[in-house]
Amino acid sequence: MQWIESMVRDLDKDMMINPSERGGRRSTRRGISIKGWLNNYLLRHVQTFFYTLGQLSSRPFSTFMTTAVIGIALSLPAGLNLLLKNGQEVLQGWNSATQISLFLTQKINSKEAQGLASKLRKMPEIASVEYISKESALAEFSQHSGFGEALDALEHNPLPAVLLITPKNNQEQPGKIAALVERLGKRSEVDIAQLDMEWVERLFALMAIGERGVLILSGLLAIAVLLVVGNTIRLAIQNRRDEIVITKLIGATDSFIRRPFLYTGFWYGLLGGLIALLLLELSLTLLAEPVRDVAALYHSSFQLQGVDLQTLVILLGLGSFLGYFGSWIAVGRHLREIEPC
Amino acid sequence: MIRFTEVSKRYSNGHEALSRISLHLPVGDMAFLTGHSGAGKSTLMKLVALIERPTNGQVVINGQNLSKVKRGGIPHFRRNMGIIFQDHRLLFDRTVFDNVALPLIIAGHGRKEIGRLVRAALDKVGLLSKEKVYPITLSGGEQQRVGIARAVIHKPSLLLADEPTGNLDPDLSREIMHLFEEFNRVGVTVLIASHDLDLIRELEKPIIKLEQGYLAHHGAIDAVDRVNG
Repeated sequence: MQWIESMVRDLDKDMMINPSERGGRRSTRRGISIKGWLNNYLLRHVQTFFYTLGQLSSRPFSTFMTTAVIGIALSLPAGLNLLLKNGQEVLQGWNSATQISLFLTQKINSKEAQGLASKLRKMPEIASVEYISKESALAEFSQHSGFGEALDALEHNPLPAVLLITPKNNQEQPGKIAALVERLGKRSEVDIAQLDMEWVERLFALMAIGERGVLILSGLLAIAVLLVVGNTIRLAIQNRRDEIVITKLIGATDSFIRRPFLYTGFWYGLLGGLIALLLLELSLTLLAEPVRDVAALYHSSFQLQGVDLQTLVILLGLGSFLGYFGSWIAVGRHLREIEPC
Repeated sequence: MIRFTEVSKRYSNGHEALSRISLHLPVGDMAFLTGHSGAGKSTLMKLVALIERPTNGQVVINGQNLSKVKRGGIPHFRRNMGIIFQDHRLLFDRTVFDNVALPLIIAGHGRKEIGRLVRAALDKVGLLSKEKVYPITLSGGEQQRVGIARAVIHKPSLLLADEPTGNLDPDLSREIMHLFEEFNRVGVTVLIASHDLDLIRELEKPIIKLEQGYLAHHGAIDAVDRVNG
């Protein structure tokens, strides 16, 4: 019984002080060391931060299952977005390679045509102008078309002189190029100004549909992530029912009980984001070679763009946010139901 | 410390667990709450710990009218008391040290202070050598001592114990009860629900006897003995 006596002896004089005085004393003590209190508060967050990570790592398989589901859900929209970006890159390349053909009227002789060419070169929207004379046009045509002999039978050269115009690269919207074509077409020297713009416009329209589709898919999969995390946390809360009841009886506030669950959700989201990142890199590695082959067929040096910093930040940030938020919803719904009885 | 005024508690199934109970337990007192199972002991304890709220009447603990304590205030209210359970209610996935430290962690004490207080408390209940073990490996009496260390570590002004010796043999029960008596001696108000009449008689503390939800007796135990003949 010695331990009882020593215990009682050590319970300090605090016990004798009546409750109101005790409260007063405690508050001044807290007032003096706000810094200490804040340190403890931060320390508690840091502790929970690592405690929850430790808990997750003690159950690696179930943690992996949950985070893998989140990872796949996150990697789908991110991957599609990446493909879309690459597609735009390709399109951009084609767009800037678009050339405008100015077919000059028959009246224009070669000197006038060259004068026009040098005039056009000075326009700010135009990157370069190539002059193809009637003769060289005919030579090229007979060489490539296979109509060489038929052309030889003609008395005149029926082909017009052509100015091949390359617009400046910064023409991002197809509309601007169209305006330029229209302006050039109105010149008296020009018979026809031609640009095969329609396919570019269609491709842009398709791209816009793709973008919208990715956006919708992202929204749906974000909800899926919320549900996955929410459900996992709901189960965790049920598993820890006894613990929650006990800590509530000891005087734990809701925020104290909520904290580990919120951090767990955060970890799920962050780890899910990392898995998504791995999946993306893996897929890109697998796709790189066939893409290179296709690019080679088009005489292009195009390469798949990998995960850039922006995607990385968005993926990890959004992942951890969704994890935290999903957990927050679940905890808010289920914690109130658990009360000591 | 504890004052009940015309307190009734009727559960949603219509069962009236407590009927018009009025009683007063002054600061620094120690009393036993007795009665057959179903007499309302648990309900009375739950009203004190704000686990349940009365249907009628007023409960004042520590000068605080409990009807004024809102949901958000309950945790802070409970930090002023220590509760000991028959089934110990320890966290089995945490060490003895972590179990005892819980009230201090919840109240936001510093790490050094927690370590010092927990070791002191464990030393005093004779379990310092077990600080790193998990409660499942301890005997019933040892588990109850961990529960007691946890209930008193934050120096509460009120100790509630619900059948604390229910599962213990007589010697261990006596040891535990004497521990409560010692706490009472340094000024802690103690209310113990128990039907171990032999032990209660030994301790010569007043009893609060409930019968079917009514207060049957409040005072020395001899009076009950006399009534029961």
